[in-house]
Amino acid sequence: MFDWLQLLSDPNARWILLGSMLLGIGGGVIGSFAYLRKQALMGDALSHAALPGVCIAFMLSGSKSIGLFLIGAAVAGVAATYGIGFMTRHSRIKPDAALAIVLSVFFGLGIVLLTRIQHSGSGNQSGLDKFLFGQAASMVRSDVITMAVISAVLIGACALLFKEFKLLSFDPGFARGVGYPTVLLDQLVMLLLVVAVVAGIQAVGVVLMAALLITPAVSARYWTEKLGVMVVLSGLFGALSGIAGTWISASGNNLPTGPLTVLACTAIFGISVVAAPKRGIVAKRVIRAMARSRLARESETERLRTERGEQAL
Amino acid sequence: MKPSPLTIRNLSVAYRKKPVLRDIEFEAPEGKLIGIVGPNGAGKSTLIKATLGLIPRLCGEVSIYGEPYARQRRRVGYVPQRESVDWDFPTNALDVVMMGRYGHLGWFRRPGRKERAIAMECLDKVGMSAYADRQISQLSGGQQQRIFLARALAQDADLYFMDEPFVGVDAATEKAIVALLGELKEQGKTVLVVHHDLATVEEYFDWLMLLNETIVAFGPVERTFTPEHLQTAYGGKLTLLGRDERSALILG
Repeated sequence: MFDWLQLLSDPNARWILLGSMLLGIGGGVIGSFAYLRKQALMGDALSHAALPGVCIAFMLSGSKSIGLFLIGAAVAGVAATYGIGFMTRHSRIKPDAALAIVLSVFFGLGIVLLTRIQHSGSGNQSGLDKFLFGQAASMVRSDVITMAVISAVLIGACALLFKEFKLLSFDPGFARGVGYPTVLLDQLVMLLLVVAVVAGIQAVGVVLMAALLITPAVSARYWTEKLGVMVVLSGLFGALSGIAGTWISASGNNLPTGPLTVLACTAIFGISVVAAPKRGIVAKRVIRAMARSRLARESETERLRTERGEQAL
Repeated sequence: MKPSPLTIRNLSVAYRKKPVLRDIEFEAPEGKLIGIVGPNGAGKSTLIKATLGLIPRLCGEVSIYGEPYARQRRRVGYVPQRESVDWDFPTNALDVVMMGRYGHLGWFRRPGRKERAIAMECLDKVGMSAYADRQISQLSGGQQQRIFLARALAQDADLYFMDEPFVGVDAATEKAIVALLGELKEQGKTVLVVHHDLATVEEYFDWLMLLNETIVAFGPVERTFTPEHLQTAYGGKLTLLGRDERSALILG
């Protein structure tokens, strides 16, 4: 039996744990807004689009710097969103199809570039193949510090612009009407999503990062009717998933952290769907059963009353 | 002379290549309730959206109290169509009404006690103060419409645009909206309302715009709401029945 103390006493494991947790928080927070703006798939598109961006950044610079990756992923993300927008505006292709096309093209390009990098033998490429599914175990102190900064930026931006993001998510037309630069805010949300994706590349990889953006948000929505609470819960669920993923992975079964984190996240989602108050399946069943029994009771008393009335006659 | 609340010059709008509005020119008089009617696809909502800059216009100038819209945003209130948002959003009625204050709040600042008080007052005006804490998806269609109206009231504007506020609402809401329009008029505010029910036009509005891609008629109701103008605006889609031609209208 693996125990917590052992995990926490290993400094390396501590960093990994902290990194996964931070990633979960950041992804969960910004993911909430993406989900409410019906851009759940956008997270997926952006994370797939990040792959070629990161590869090109590596090929040009030859170094694995998070800052450069961020720029590469951001440029690729902008290109992807522009591509989707262009296709929907200038052709009869619907947004979902445009998204699917762009997502797969960018991902395909990313894989080609990744394979090229691996065969180039430049010596410095080790670890790049982990971009796809991530390798949390390779995280070191400096990585975690970068992730902490990124998470702080994400949380800070969402806290400062909470009211703006809220109105943008609920009623963009009205937001525009009161003078919000909605296009700019829109792009800012996209940029923050890209930032979250890049932060997650090392730990869970580009393919699975979308899950960490959306699943905590969807789960959180089940538990509350308040946006503020939802965003906090979503961050919390993300953090919990990160911790659970790292913990299971570290218990010596040699399973990868990233995918385990995503599975933990999905488990939380499953629990939310079933057990959440009001919105959960169980709660809904109970409410319906109660309503039905009340109706039955009422019609029963009604029947008795009319019978009694008839007898009296 | 005081500038008109809303002056539009030479406004045209197209979706893709199809023109939706052509050469719209008018000057709205102050302190009037102005109905905008016309057949489906006549560009009624488009006119409001293009005026507010929510959709791009091909050409045209909009001035509000003599100045461009960007400088007069705080004097403009907007009630979008109820279906334009997803009501299953994690928030309550009071919160939505408070959004009407966001334009006055400035960046980063959170709504506080003052905004709460204003929002409560506006909820009260539409008869919804009992529902302040209600999650918005738990409200009926009419109640949701009243929340949108309360939000526009919270904007504390002088010129209001309302996009089909009477669509799909219950009798209580309809009454509340009419009362509210009367109150706004009393305060000297100007209200433009996209409307589709010809039977109530004379009862609700002072002025009327008949729209079908271009302005067919614009002026006081008694001058514009005539069978000839209606026939021009609606074309063959309108059948007039009865001796008193205005008494019954059938749209087909």
